[in-house]
Amino acid sequence: MINRALWIIMLVAGLTAPFFAYPIFVMDLLCFALFACAFNLLLGYVGLLSFGHAAFFGGAAYITGHAIKVWGFPPLVGIVTGAAFAMVLGAAFGYLAIRRQGIYFAMITLALAQIIYFMALQLPFTGGENGLQGIPRGNLLGFIDLNDSLTMYYFVFAIFLTGFCIIHRTIHSPFGEVLQAIRENEARALSLGYDVDRFKLQAFVISATMAGLAGATKAVVFQFAALTSAHWQTSGEVILMTLVGGLGTVFGPVVGALIVGALSHELGSFGSWVQVILGTIFVVCVLTFRRGIVGELERLVRK
Amino acid sequence: MAQALLGLNVGVFYAMLSLGLAVIFGLLNIINFAHGAMYMLGAFVALIGYTMLDDWFGISLQIGFWASLIVVPAFVGLLGIVIERTMLKRLYELDHIYGLLLTFGITLILQGLFSNYFNVSGTPYPGQPEILAGVLNLGFMYFPTYRLFAIVFSLVVCFATWYVIEHTRLGSRLRAGVENSPLTQAFGLNVPLMITLTFGFGCALAGLAGVLAAPIYSVSPLMGADLIIVVFAVVVIGGMGSIMGAILSGLALGMVEGLTKVIYPPAASTVIFFLMVLVLLFRPAGLFGKEK
Repeated sequence: MINRALWIIMLVAGLTAPFFAYPIFVMDLLCFALFACAFNLLLGYVGLLSFGHAAFFGGAAYITGHAIKVWGFPPLVGIVTGAAFAMVLGAAFGYLAIRRQGIYFAMITLALAQIIYFMALQLPFTGGENGLQGIPRGNLLGFIDLNDSLTMYYFVFAIFLTGFCIIHRTIHSPFGEVLQAIRENEARALSLGYDVDRFKLQAFVISATMAGLAGATKAVVFQFAALTSAHWQTSGEVILMTLVGGLGTVFGPVVGALIVGALSHELGSFGSWVQVILGTIFVVCVLTFRRGIVGELERLVRK
Repeated sequence: MAQALLGLNVGVFYAMLSLGLAVIFGLLNIINFAHGAMYMLGAFVALIGYTMLDDWFGISLQIGFWASLIVVPAFVGLLGIVIERTMLKRLYELDHIYGLLLTFGITLILQGLFSNYFNVSGTPYPGQPEILAGVLNLGFMYFPTYRLFAIVFSLVVCFATWYVIEHTRLGSRLRAGVENSPLTQAFGLNVPLMITLTFGFGCALAGLAGVLAAPIYSVSPLMGADLIIVVFAVVVIGGMGSIMGAILSGLALGMVEGLTKVIYPPAASTVIFFLMVLVLLFRPAGLFGKEK
């Protein structure tokens, strides 16, 4: 019941948002919401803490930016190229990382992501510290002008919904059931005859692709691929969003992304205090509030 | 050879940090993400102790370099104990990733606090003692005296830690606590106290590394942030199983990085991560780790 209510709220809010808020800001939130949903697919439903998801988010942003700006790809093809890059990268990272479990998995994904960060800093096409600038938005399907911010907004909202539905579908499929079985008890899933490593790798690739889709879209929104998108603190931020909203809930990451995003935006003028405040929220969440907002709501409704 | 020695200089910091992580991991099963922040904190407390205390309190008060080697690790270790007692303790029953997440939050807080008061571009530590200034003639090269001191001092600390854990009564008790905590407790040993002190000690090691690094690198709020991820890779390469593994792989990888800087500079910041990939492909448990 609560899920149906959240679906309706999300659709209505998403469709009307650009009339109440600054569209670029809402688009930014939507990109982070999709990113958080992708991350939650792994941590919330398979129990894998990837601390390197910024590599997919940021990496796809650079590839999309380059494809559109230098190769002259149309925006949609550019975004798909970025997501495909994240998919390949996800397959490689996942293959390496699933060899170890738990906190090792987190450390390995973090270290692998750092390779991408240094590449984004050093490769000739990335613009180093300044990032990749001046990505044209172009025309969607050849005739819809994306430079109009309202048009661009609905394009981004459509991408968000597509990604969200793919993740939703993945979770509520037999495949998703197996993933949750792995999260609950890996040894049991293994003894039931499931090829646990293959399932984990597939989930990792889907998650990486969706994170890449979010990053690629963000690059087109801002016409800019930034170095911070690939930094490990962005990986941390997406974990925070998921944790605040509710781990292992469908809508939790969306709610979390809205709250953390709005908070960072509101507190922007306080400089480094934002980091202190986010850190404090992190600590409080881990210590007392592990279900997150949507998780707590669901528990209340169930009572 | 000269580059290898300079690399060893970085290596001793890797070794001290991964040693601290290994000691904490051994007893608490938690990866202390705040380890890099503790290292940064160590450097800053040394800097503040040397340059700012008299301003703050209006009396002539200065903590010199030698005193810092004692006072700063004690301070950082104490902070570690407070963190363990008040926060980490509540998470032992849960999945280990919560410990990682909590310490990540603490990292953000510490980094943010120091970024507010100090320039992110870094401040030099002026307190390097006279006696360690200048360079030494080693026969084949001239080497800064201070760096040589830092190498020798860190090596002594690392091997002393290894000796205590592997070859003393105290160490055998610690290892028993890791192996089987309820049984060890039944023998009348206070395991929770051991855990608290071990966490404090691990943090103190990071703080000490920070003091030693302060005169070499500039002291900045972000000095620990990227270092900690390299240390994670070092830990994966070495394997968490052994204390010696942490020390040796730390030293070796520091030298590898130093040599890469000479042969192909752009790869210097990533060579350790690529080595990690290679090790994972062939020995997923790490070079010194045991397969579970």
